[in-house]
Amino acid sequence: MLRVALLALFAALSTAPALAADDDAFSLVIQDHRFNPPELAVPAGKKIKLVVENRDATPEEFESHDLNREKVIAGKSAATIWIGPLKPGRYSFVGEYNEKTARGVIVAK
Amino acid sequence: MFATAVIVFREVLEAALIVGIVAAATRTIPGRSRWLAGGIAAGLAGSALVALGTDRIAAMASGMGQELFNAAILGIAVVMLAWHNLWMSSHGAALAADARGVGNAIRDGRRECSVLLVVVGLAVLREGSETVLFLYGIAASEGSASLSMLGGGIAGIAAGIAVGYLVYAGLLRIPLRWFFAATGVLVLFLAAGMASQAARFLVQADLLPSLASPLWDTSGVLPQASVAGTLLHSLVGYDARPAGMQLVFYVTVLVAIAAGMILVGRPGAQSGTTKRAS
Repeated sequence: MLRVALLALFAALSTAPALAADDDAFSLVIQDHRFNPPELAVPAGKKIKLVVENRDATPEEFESHDLNREKVIAGKSAATIWIGPLKPGRYSFVGEYNEKTARGVIVAK
Repeated sequence: MFATAVIVFREVLEAALIVGIVAAATRTIPGRSRWLAGGIAAGLAGSALVALGTDRIAAMASGMGQELFNAAILGIAVVMLAWHNLWMSSHGAALAADARGVGNAIRDGRRECSVLLVVVGLAVLREGSETVLFLYGIAASEGSASLSMLGGGIAGIAAGIAVGYLVYAGLLRIPLRWFFAATGVLVLFLAAGMASQAARFLVQADLLPSLASPLWDTSGVLPQASVAGTLLHSLVGYDARPAGMQLVFYVTVLVAIAAGMILVGRPGAQSGTTKRAS
């Protein structure tokens, strides 16, 4: 289990810089069952690459009815989710496994 | 505890509805209960495996493994449901009449049962793995609070199964004359809805264009998270904000299966050994 966790951590660390270098990538971090930043501004009318990094040990499900997206993100790993192109507006999302604390909003401008 | 029950209920509901409908649709096939139980057991075992391998699946296909995995599972289920409906269209009349045709149908029935096992297994696998991950997260985190939350999880599972059983029992009350037509239509929409979900995953992975995102927005009238929205989502593939590609998949599968059922079900379209009993 530890080895798997370490491997996942290594994979997350090794892919994170590459993703961060991507111009169109926007990143979210899950820590202590909260999203950071809780509000993320993105351009409207454009396909967006969203990279969600889960720093918690437990898995989380990124879920948004507004964005029509759902994806499970294993503990200590990162996941890419393509969204949009969005009309200007506010799109809320939650971490379904910790819905009380894990909430956020994507604002398309 | 209540919140936990609701989340688990939502996950279990979809699988339970599929199992309930498939169980009803195959009521006359001999030995189908064993196959059904086998499918559920295989699905449960599979969901534990999938939950364990979440990070590995996700890492495949440049991080799009999860989407491809879900789309593939849904795609296989669509093909199996289509096969089931075509099979029922050609044998259903004989099975319903409980006539001489049944003897011949039993041999074919075994193949039909294995199809059924796959559909049920995949449904349980897909929803089950998410439930396992969720419950694992609870068990792994807060100490004493987790016990009551696990209780909520069990309550959610029980409630989901109860609804699935109600659907099953309700369908069995339909008079035989209309029964296979009714379950055939239900399975048809089930398959179309799954095709639409598969398309959503492929759009999410950026493997298919969305065509329109969203094509419409009915979240104000009928939110997908509402009880009615969840039920319609599971039964007919309702989506409050679908991508255009989802509708393309939905309509294509709907028309293809319906056309197949009409072609196969026409008198004279059947082979010599399975001619109608009349």
